[in-house]
Amino acid sequence: MRQYFGRKLLVYGLTFFVAVTINWMVPRFMPGDPVSSMVARAGVSNPGAVETMRAYYTGLFGFDQPLWKQYANFWGALLQGDFGISIWVFPTPVSEVIMGAVPYTLGLMVPSVLLSWVVGNWAGALAARRRLLDNTVLPVGYVLTAMPYMWLAVLLAWGLGVVAGVFPVAGGYSFSLQPSLSWEFVADLLHHWVLPFLSLFLVALGGWAIGMRNMIIYELESDYSTYLSALGAPQRLIRRYAFRNAVLPQITGLALQLGVLVAGALVTEIVFSYPGLGSLILKAIQNQDFFLLQGTFMFIVLGVLIANFIIDIVYVVVDPRTRAGMAGAQA
Amino acid sequence: MTAIQETPATGAAAGAGVRREALYFAVRNGKLLAGFGIVLALFLLGFAGPALLEAADPNAYGTTPMSPPSGEHWFGTTTFGQDVFSQFVHGLRTTFIVGALGGGIAAVIAMAVGFTAGYRGGLVDEVLTMLTNIVLVIPTLAVLLIINAYLGVRSVPAQALFIGLTSWPWAARAIRAQTFSLRTRDFVALARLSGSSTRKIIMREIAPNMSSYLFMTFILLFGGSILIASSLDFIGLGPTEGISLGLMLQNANQWSAMQLGMWWWFLPPGAGITAVVGALYVANVGLDEVFNPKLRET
Repeated sequence: MRQYFGRKLLVYGLTFFVAVTINWMVPRFMPGDPVSSMVARAGVSNPGAVETMRAYYTGLFGFDQPLWKQYANFWGALLQGDFGISIWVFPTPVSEVIMGAVPYTLGLMVPSVLLSWVVGNWAGALAARRRLLDNTVLPVGYVLTAMPYMWLAVLLAWGLGVVAGVFPVAGGYSFSLQPSLSWEFVADLLHHWVLPFLSLFLVALGGWAIGMRNMIIYELESDYSTYLSALGAPQRLIRRYAFRNAVLPQITGLALQLGVLVAGALVTEIVFSYPGLGSLILKAIQNQDFFLLQGTFMFIVLGVLIANFIIDIVYVVVDPRTRAGMAGAQA
Repeated sequence: MTAIQETPATGAAAGAGVRREALYFAVRNGKLLAGFGIVLALFLLGFAGPALLEAADPNAYGTTPMSPPSGEHWFGTTTFGQDVFSQFVHGLRTTFIVGALGGGIAAVIAMAVGFTAGYRGGLVDEVLTMLTNIVLVIPTLAVLLIINAYLGVRSVPAQALFIGLTSWPWAARAIRAQTFSLRTRDFVALARLSGSSTRKIIMREIAPNMSSYLFMTFILLFGGSILIASSLDFIGLGPTEGISLGLMLQNANQWSAMQLGMWWWFLPPGAGITAVVGALYVANVGLDEVFNPKLRET
């Protein structure tokens, strides 16, 4: 078990290192000059002012120092939690802007990911070996997984929001309200939360159902199932064993899908103008706010790494082979 | 001597037999035919359509903005009078290009990494597996976001290239596992004994034995590339010139097509992506049934 976690942590540590390095490299080695584009964006025509701004931004990135020193400084600032100053909402620090958005993204993602995983697995397990159910779950599942996240979001917003008028289609809460801990505000918050949650939940649902269905069919055809039924074990018992075995790849699958799920949440937030990280990224891109964009990138990477680690812990709890130090979870 | 000479001959005959059997089941598999049929129809529309349309530039502004579908504009027009059908057809072409290029690049990297790691084993395997795991954990879209944000001019091939460079790990891992199980088989050992080079063993002995698996992996990578590209386009980091289905969705969202009730603007592009990717997935299930006798419906 110690070796299992040691290996995992090594991978995550290296991943973090690679991510930080990418984050540092991209502005410096991509074609194009971020400093001139930022100066150009300010639209100053006075040559003296342009020169001052250029010097300021160059100093901000530290472009005038040798490369290795820039890299060391970058790490130093990062470890102190310093992501720079946002240009979009100047002069708020980037970390503060992101911290304001993270709760919305987490509040959207955590319930939708967990619920779609649970419900998807349940539906898939039911569908396996039940022809009638299988014939409905499977096509619906394929259509859902093939859908781009933002399209289902747009469809829901249009159908339930604009046409039916049941749910609001933009924002995290009504503009007339101030964030507070009153019943009115919480109800409003939930009201705005339903549609983005529903669209994230639905798109992810299909993939889990299909995966579980296929795994259960595979397990029910394996030797131990045949042996159990030859012994006369009740079908319920065999199915329970099959489910326990089939759930393991689904847990690994959840870890593998995290990146896709985050991407889905980002575009869904953009559709609903939901004030999470996705909308922040859109604003950062529209305003050429590179510090904000890179800060958000670091937060997403950190979040995904932490989520991966939590899934690893769950895996150890669910799969006894990893605890015994056997070759259970090589993944 | 004769035995050795005969082996390739019977091998080839057996290969042809397997192929004929696969074809026999392929033309009788509804999922496969329907899936590939839809993909082929959309492919033809995307590649032949633009030539048949009169308007050369799908983004050209027209004189009748915001009009619903009619005989003149099959899918209606946008706020700027652009013909949605023309954009859709051109966007389909972009979608197929991104899928083929991105999926192709990812498949090549995945095969190179997967075969090498699985066949060589040892330290090479350790290093490649570590690399695969690292790229696997990094959220792909986030990396693509910052790369594309710093790229001033973005083109479709560049987008496909970066998608290909980041989306290969799961496939590499799957191919590695398959190679791992194949490399201890007798026929591989025989090839090694007869002095074939590693490269030749991989190309001649291992790859053909999992060709169906490789093809299905490519299909999944193809569909995945399309979905990633559409997300990138939607966030506003799509190609700076031309049109794609994702860009159409982005434009529709940006100019409040939803609030204005212009359903003809945002329905077709999303339906196009869903149809291409969904049909590919269904065809993949069909292929699985063709190649795997256990899954065939009797």
